[in-house]
Amino acid sequence: MAFTLASHILLVPFGVALPAITLLMHYRGLRKGDAVALLLARRWSAVMAVQFAIGIVTGTVLSFEFGLLWPGMMGRWGDVFGLGFGIEAWAFFLEAILIALYLYGWRRLKPWTHFWLGLPLPLAALMGAFGIVAANAWMNTPRGFTLDASGKPVHVNVRQAVFTPMFGPEYWHFVVGVVLTAGYVVAGVYAVGLLRGRRDRYHRLGFTLPFTVAAILTPVQFVLGDSIARSVFHEQPVKFAATELVWKTDTHVPEYLFGRLHADGSVSGGIKVPQLDSILAGFRPSTEVTGLTSVPASDRPTVIQATIAHWAFDIMVTVGSLLVLLALWYGWCRLRRRELPRSPWFLRCAALAGAACLLTVECGWITTEVGRQPWIVYQNMRVSEAVTGTRAASLWTMFGIVAVVYVLAFGSFLTVLVKMSHRWRLADEGAPAGAAAGDLEGDTPYGPRPLSTTASGDRGDE
Amino acid sequence: MIEDVVAWVLLVAVAAYACAGGTDYGAGFWDLVAGGAERGKRPRWLIDHAMEPVWETNNVWLIFVLVIMWTGFPVLFQTVFSAMWLPLALAAVGLVLRGAGFALRKPARRLTRRRVYGAVFAVSSLLTPFFLGAAVGGIATGRVAPGTQASGDAWSNGTSVIAGLLTVAATAFLGAVFLTADARRFDAPDLVGYFRLRAWCTLVVLAVLAIVGLAVTHDDAPYVHDGLTGGVGLVLVLIAVVSALATAWLLYRVATGWARVTAIGSVALVVVAWGLAQRPYLIPTSLTVSEAAGASTTLRWLMLVSIIAVVLVGPPLVLLYRLDTRGALQPLTEADLRQTAPGREPENP
Repeated sequence: MAFTLASHILLVPFGVALPAITLLMHYRGLRKGDAVALLLARRWSAVMAVQFAIGIVTGTVLSFEFGLLWPGMMGRWGDVFGLGFGIEAWAFFLEAILIALYLYGWRRLKPWTHFWLGLPLPLAALMGAFGIVAANAWMNTPRGFTLDASGKPVHVNVRQAVFTPMFGPEYWHFVVGVVLTAGYVVAGVYAVGLLRGRRDRYHRLGFTLPFTVAAILTPVQFVLGDSIARSVFHEQPVKFAATELVWKTDTHVPEYLFGRLHADGSVSGGIKVPQLDSILAGFRPSTEVTGLTSVPASDRPTVIQATIAHWAFDIMVTVGSLLVLLALWYGWCRLRRRELPRSPWFLRCAALAGAACLLTVECGWITTEVGRQPWIVYQNMRVSEAVTGTRAASLWTMFGIVAVVYVLAFGSFLTVLVKMSHRWRLADEGAPAGAAAGDLEGDTPYGPRPLSTTASGDRGDE
Repeated sequence: MIEDVVAWVLLVAVAAYACAGGTDYGAGFWDLVAGGAERGKRPRWLIDHAMEPVWETNNVWLIFVLVIMWTGFPVLFQTVFSAMWLPLALAAVGLVLRGAGFALRKPARRLTRRRVYGAVFAVSSLLTPFFLGAAVGGIATGRVAPGTQASGDAWSNGTSVIAGLLTVAATAFLGAVFLTADARRFDAPDLVGYFRLRAWCTLVVLAVLAIVGLAVTHDDAPYVHDGLTGGVGLVLVLIAVVSALATAWLLYRVATGWARVTAIGSVALVVVAWGLAQRPYLIPTSLTVSEAAGASTTLRWLMLVSIIAVVLVGPPLVLLYRLDTRGALQPLTEADLRQTAPGREPENP
């Protein structure tokens, strides 16, 4: 499950945010009659097509796995927190419909009709994210039920179960995070092109638009990240203790950057900043921070789990801070000189930013999932109680098969993307103006179409 | 009360998946048996074009079915997935392979590569419905009850095998009927005859399987057998049979649009008949609808969410199918993506 989730989550930024970025580019293309922007939007939508197909597949597998791996959790809590998934399923349904209309509407629909049909797409994606994040937030801070004598949840209050304390912080952190990630990854692709000397308008536009979106959101995300950490501090003190390696409940707690926790509570390696953790948590050195030892050892993450969560958290924060610097650099140059920073180092960093963002997405997920151990439903159900009774051997076999299939599918996915972009680049470099010679299908989308009676010549340009 | 309504929603969603997803699997089945790269080129071309815009939408029904199951009937979900572990896990693997194969085949250029992706897609189009059908068959026999651990017996019995085969045959039937219609839409008269013949053949196969199934389920799955051979269940099954025969006749008259309606009708009716035959049980003779139901507040919310969703999703869905059947949806061609935009001359900064 962890593996498939970890794979699926890498696709999420693109599922949620790529449509938004593509639509922005599409809007620019239609509004200004910018053929370059339209070409970029079309190509991105082709990437979106393959990406979404893989995403839907991994998503379906996930819903199967809830049953295959966690029958205990779903059997007992399904009716309490399952509604989020219900919302998600419908939103996903809507998204699948809209994406089909958008992807296959390029040729025959009127330009603005086509654009408006695509416009609800990011909204549907946000609604889907709402459902999923609500479910995860519930696992972190379960609410909206009371337990009867036999420990079965009764008196379900759906509103409380959806809007749990962790929901708000998690949701906004997630939404901004995925848009940011998609922006940096897309921009990163063109940054590489620019670095290789392809400094034409196509590459500059392909870089600037997504990068600007991401750069604007980066500082926002920094603030949101800070606020979610404080929510964890209040709502899930033990998880906070794990991510910050706090052993004993105390005031004036130091902050460790990286480092490793040992069974006796000491931390080796890493950088120790006195008092900082308390200041970050409550703005005062005298803030009391709950330690791991405040609960019995069986109710808290092991030292290894704590170290993993801590590292994931620190990597996420470090990358986030670096990205803020990058965004400031970019903002400074844009505002001062209205152009991209000239240094090739800027482009190198920008190219790396995409990969770094994907890393932080994984780290964020690890922090929230590993930090919650050993609970699958925080303080209500342990992972071991939720897991399937199927024999470990068959689970491992199945895991092996799934892993191989996923590696193949993702490998093929990347190969296909690389091949596609390679073909486009060859075409851009080699072909003379206009489409490939003698190509019957070379008519432009939105252009006059031989078969259609509703052909519109309205291309929006002068 | 509310749990009965949710059970109906679940049944309708299952029927919708059987029809929409089934048509898709059927297309995959015909892709599998279309023959070599040269001989199967035309049918495969049609299958690709017909499926492309709608296959993702068709697939989402399954996610919806699962979500209703665990939100509305958590115990049912837990029971089914514990007892039917292997077939469902295999179906899940099949789903991945199928989706990946189909999605990646299109952008792949080289023939060998297309072949590999195509084969993966086609084979899993056969396996996934078989295992899903086998799981349903196993549930109908009553071999599964809350607390049942995963075992081979639950799904490797006569009823399960017949149910799996019936599912595959039904998908092939739907696929052939839809492809006949698509062949007309895409102006390929040779393929109209090609798929029509196949639709008729699968009907014969379906009839044979159904008769065998009747004999097998008599002792193996008595509760569902009785439900299907008497009362409302029987009426629905008979209407389904008439509807299937009507499909065959409509295909003969090349009224492909109506044939699609009757074909869907016959499959959906069988699914509904099966659901009614299980009443009042979700899992025959061990778990009733009311025993399995989750908290009633959740069920009410689930209904509310579903109603809002129908309002939101309905119109775009209709629009999608309308535009699709009118041929307004076309994939971007390679040339669209390759064309060089004006103003692409490199500039020196």
